[in-house]
Amino acid sequence: MSKLTVPVNDKDHVIGDAQAPVTVVEYGDFECPYCGQAHPIVNKLLIDLGDTVRFVFRNFPLSEIHPHARTAAYAAEAAGLQGKFWEMHNLLFENQDSLEDHNLVSFAYVLKLDVERFIRDIDSEAVTQKVHDDFWSGIRSGVNGTPTFFINGDRHDGSYGYASLRRAIEQIAHKAAKEKGVAI
Amino acid sequence: MTKVDTCITLEPGTEAPDFSLKITPDQKLSLSDFEGHPVVLVFYPADFSPVCSDEVALFNEVLPEFQKYNAQIVGISVDNVWSHLAFGEDHNLHFPLLSDFHPKGEVSQDYLAYIEDEGESARAIYVIDREGIVAWAYIAPIGVNPGADGALKAIEGLTEGRYTNER
Repeated sequence: MSKLTVPVNDKDHVIGDAQAPVTVVEYGDFECPYCGQAHPIVNKLLIDLGDTVRFVFRNFPLSEIHPHARTAAYAAEAAGLQGKFWEMHNLLFENQDSLEDHNLVSFAYVLKLDVERFIRDIDSEAVTQKVHDDFWSGIRSGVNGTPTFFINGDRHDGSYGYASLRRAIEQIAHKAAKEKGVAI
Repeated sequence: MTKVDTCITLEPGTEAPDFSLKITPDQKLSLSDFEGHPVVLVFYPADFSPVCSDEVALFNEVLPEFQKYNAQIVGISVDNVWSHLAFGEDHNLHFPLLSDFHPKGEVSQDYLAYIEDEGESARAIYVIDREGIVAWAYIAPIGVNPGADGALKAIEGLTEGRYTNER
């Protein structure tokens, strides 16, 4: 069973409560259509499952087949340096056909970022290193395609459809609660 | 649901079966051509299967890391060379695809990586050392992509002389 090799840490982008019983880590590629399909599914899961889940996104750009994926990842991280990672993450997935450089800059304007800083940061070592580190943590953890989900550190090998992910999350939440002796 | 690790592979430490398969309409590639280099065989069911990130695309992304160890990667499926040429171009592949087309699946069978019912190769990875010995092997359960972590660890382990099918 493939396991997450790099635990969630303060370099990660996290939505949700640190005390949530279930942590879902997604390795995703902004130009991958399957990740695009998973995006609204993840959003719905976060709404429906509330405090049960904490969600982390890590970059896994397949740059050989998706020529805009790596720069899109850099754009998300650069936006993150100005506190707007998730907003950029959402814009990228909602505009997968528009990931040219000029589109990324226009997203920065939409998000009211300091655009000059954004353009500098996209090429910065901090940003490129983060994307590199995400990718390799994914490889070492057994990421086998995009999107790949890890639920409490174990790779989810079922489908990333809503029902399959929800069932897996709820089973793991249940197990975590039993281990803690807590009723859900 | 098939359990992980019930798919039998050739044992590490055994000699990897040699083969000679087409990579283009006019050219064949043999395992023995790679003597002196570690080789990673990536068996997969079909070109153009409807996922953008099958193990072929994945290994293509991490190829430079394998090249640091002077390792070669080759993909093997039962598709013919024309499909391979188109697929390689579509995926921007930087390693050759071998056609296990005729006799169908013969090399995949030699490596215990052929699914008779489907008429396709399994998703299997073999790491073969510089002397042509199987160093590490893994056949994924049906429906699961193997990932590149096991092969990468195995290649790193070659330098240190450790052979095991551990993941």
